[in-house]
Amino acid sequence: MNASLPPQVAAQLERRRLVAPQHRLLTRGGWIAFALVAYVLLVLVPGLNLLLPAGHPLHLADYWVTLGGKIMCYAMVALAMDLIWGYAGILSLGHGLFFALGGYAMGMYLMRSIGREGVYHSDLPDFMVFLDWKTYPWYWSFTDHFWYAALLVVLVPGLLAFAFGYFAFRSRIKGVYFSIITQALTYAFMLLFFRNDTGFGGNNGFTDFKRILGYPIAAPGTRVGLFIATGVALLGALLLARYVVTSKLGRVLTAIRDAESRVMFCGYSPLHYKLFVWTLSAVLCGIAGALYVPQVGIINPSEMSPANSIEIAIWAAVGGRGTLIGPIVGAFVVNGAKSWFTQAFPEYWLFFLGLLFILVTLFLPHGVIGLLRRRRATTATSPR
Amino acid sequence: MTHFLACLRRVVAPLALLGVATLLASVSPSPAYAIAPELIHDLALGENEEKVKAISALVASGDPQALPVLQSLLAGEVQTVGETTVLRVKEGIATDLATGAKVEPLPESRDDVVLNNRVRRELATAIAALQLEAPERATRFAAAHALQRGADEDILPVIQRALAKEQDAEIRTLLSLTQATLQLASTDKPTRLAAIHSLAESRDPNTKTLLLPLLEKRGADFVETDSDIRAEAELSLRAIEGRLSKGEMVGRVFSGISLGSILLLAALGLAITYGLMGVINMAHGELIMIGAYATYVVQNLFRAYLPGAFDFYLLAALPAAFAASAVAGMVMERTVIRFLYGRPLETLLATWGLSLILIQAVRTVFGAQNVQVENPAWMSGGVQLFSNVVLPYSRIVIIGFAAAVVALIALLLTRTRLGLFVRGVTQNRSMADALGVPTGRVDTYAFGLGSGIAGLAGCALSQIGNVGPDLGQSYIVDSFMVVVLGGVGQLAGTVYAAMGLGIANKFLEAWSGAVLAKIALLVFIIVFIQKRPQGLFAIKGRMADA
Repeated sequence: MNASLPPQVAAQLERRRLVAPQHRLLTRGGWIAFALVAYVLLVLVPGLNLLLPAGHPLHLADYWVTLGGKIMCYAMVALAMDLIWGYAGILSLGHGLFFALGGYAMGMYLMRSIGREGVYHSDLPDFMVFLDWKTYPWYWSFTDHFWYAALLVVLVPGLLAFAFGYFAFRSRIKGVYFSIITQALTYAFMLLFFRNDTGFGGNNGFTDFKRILGYPIAAPGTRVGLFIATGVALLGALLLARYVVTSKLGRVLTAIRDAESRVMFCGYSPLHYKLFVWTLSAVLCGIAGALYVPQVGIINPSEMSPANSIEIAIWAAVGGRGTLIGPIVGAFVVNGAKSWFTQAFPEYWLFFLGLLFILVTLFLPHGVIGLLRRRRATTATSPR
Repeated sequence: MTHFLACLRRVVAPLALLGVATLLASVSPSPAYAIAPELIHDLALGENEEKVKAISALVASGDPQALPVLQSLLAGEVQTVGETTVLRVKEGIATDLATGAKVEPLPESRDDVVLNNRVRRELATAIAALQLEAPERATRFAAAHALQRGADEDILPVIQRALAKEQDAEIRTLLSLTQATLQLASTDKPTRLAAIHSLAESRDPNTKTLLLPLLEKRGADFVETDSDIRAEAELSLRAIEGRLSKGEMVGRVFSGISLGSILLLAALGLAITYGLMGVINMAHGELIMIGAYATYVVQNLFRAYLPGAFDFYLLAALPAAFAASAVAGMVMERTVIRFLYGRPLETLLATWGLSLILIQAVRTVFGAQNVQVENPAWMSGGVQLFSNVVLPYSRIVIIGFAAAVVALIALLLTRTRLGLFVRGVTQNRSMADALGVPTGRVDTYAFGLGSGIAGLAGCALSQIGNVGPDLGQSYIVDSFMVVVLGGVGQLAGTVYAAMGLGIANKFLEAWSGAVLAKIALLVFIIVFIQKRPQGLFAIKGRMADA
């Protein structure tokens, strides 16, 4: 790093070098890798799980399919986080809220498709019977139709993000202020959803789902179907995000991240750019949440806790911000480590996670991907 | 089996009676009892109805002997022999209640006096009524309390007699309330009107429950048919409500100030470190927690080694909490935060990591459960301001403490060399650096100072709430709101914001519940920022994008 430059400027230069202008959606190598990953996710994993018998050495256990599906949802959230943090420089500590809202919208449909098979054999979900409610509250109307629920998955996080973002960006709230306010937002929603009278099942949330679109939810076929759907969504989200950041809009966003005042002096209004990418990011989170809930079988307000949202940021940071692929890698690395740690040494997980936060920010500002790129760059330049 | 024994007893009783009679003749008569023998007889051997009558008669007589007799009846010490003799048997010694004579030897076959619940209730009330004249205040107070629950009109003269003599204000309130309750139930209209009128003077929130039924409606008609009574009740109710709402208001403002001072203590350190370095320390809540645990450790040391001085352990806990948190903060600054200057978002994440490590460390050392921190004796209790408002001493102490801390910080920032440097670096870091201010060292000291204040906040919080590993997490969002609202680097802004948020929170809470109050405040902050983005964030002009 150049010693004569102030650290901020040096950091900005560094970041700019990492995000080299690329006008194509993906390079040729990129497309090949993309096709390979798509083959693994959409053909290989389902085949190894469903077609091979349980005793076969190449058989993939259900546990891994569920874990993989879950982590792909997280990866989608990390991707959404990268759009807003890596490319627009806005750190959101409230993305868990959008994720949970998408999950709740899907959860409403899943709750209604339980039908009369609940503990109380009522048309209403068990928690409503328990609270002695007689009818569904208004916001539950039409949620028995899958496509309406799917619409809610997109609309609810999208509209909330749009409204919140409009007011926040209009008054030029940025930096740590924006982070803190998003954190307060998710905290407030968590408190709200913890209440029984909100109509979302209080601290138990939604669970005991039986079927989705008529298929039994725990059946192997349904699980693999959800896995494939998540895979398609993740790959689609990656392409979409890639399209956004390589477009002209993406270039303006990066410019806003690096020097907002200068962009304004050039005649751009940052509000619309920020608002667009912020809302898009929230919608992606909502879709990820909707795919997550049927796979893990529960959604409750703890998904909205500030700690959950801030963990999303560390997935993106571990993988490398501003790279799109990095946060996906980060989500897999951190959550893989988490599911191993919480089984092997549950009491050390928080130490490990805390250290990860500190060490990555101190020593790996560009994450794993940045490390790989730098190594490639040094090997490429060393012969000269 | 028991039935058989009872039959046997009935056969044997007359025989035993003969023996007792001969014995009685041989014993010299003790001083004659003032209680009429037929009352004693009714009390022990009469039907339930007769028993109740006898109890009322005993109370009305004002006989000093009545109380012990009733008490032993309730305690199950009164037994009967046959159909005439009533004994008090205590510790194996029997006394004839009618004559007061000792009965020796103890008659073989004695029957317990059977009391049903109604008689027991009457007895308890009667004893309470008689105890109203006891010399000890505590006994009288307990008696007045007991009467409030189960008195009937027969007791009224006793209560009036007691009211005439009673000096203690608290007992008088209780008694006059009971009196009014009884008078309200009477059939005489002027008595009832007078009773309602006297209730208007009451400062007790319970009075409302007496008056409200008078104004109740069943269907279209009032339960109370007399319109004069209703009008009077309405008036009295208004008067009481007026007085109570004043009390409630004062209580709410007080709890708002109390919450505000806690927020202030929690946010003060944060405001200093944020103002100075522009980094938000997510581990600030954990520094508060460290302060609370330091208090806990000091408390345990005092309990183990200096139990005599336990009441003063807080005096030692304050510096300990300050030092523990300040050292932790300075170590954090030197090892992590220092290397992240100019990257506020990364600092936020790194300090979050620190907070996770601190939480887990405390869990490992002290356990995941909450620990007990006891108040010193002088902090328990409170000032009774109105009948429905008690200001706990612990809260008053914390308000005073917060004021003292603010004053100290203000002095430190405006009157010392370190304060001058801190202000200089806050305003313009590079200019201060150019003028020779050792900015690095100032950062460390200021971070230590802010962290130490967090420790003091933890010490204060340990006195009013639970102390557990998650203590800091519950205050972090609130204290950030204070900093955001109050602006940066201004002590006054932080004070106003903390007090405003505290009081607003308590008033909204009473109106809409705790959760909705929090959400309403959050929305308010977001809207407020729309109106005053510059003034709140205090970053002006060319500094805006620095």
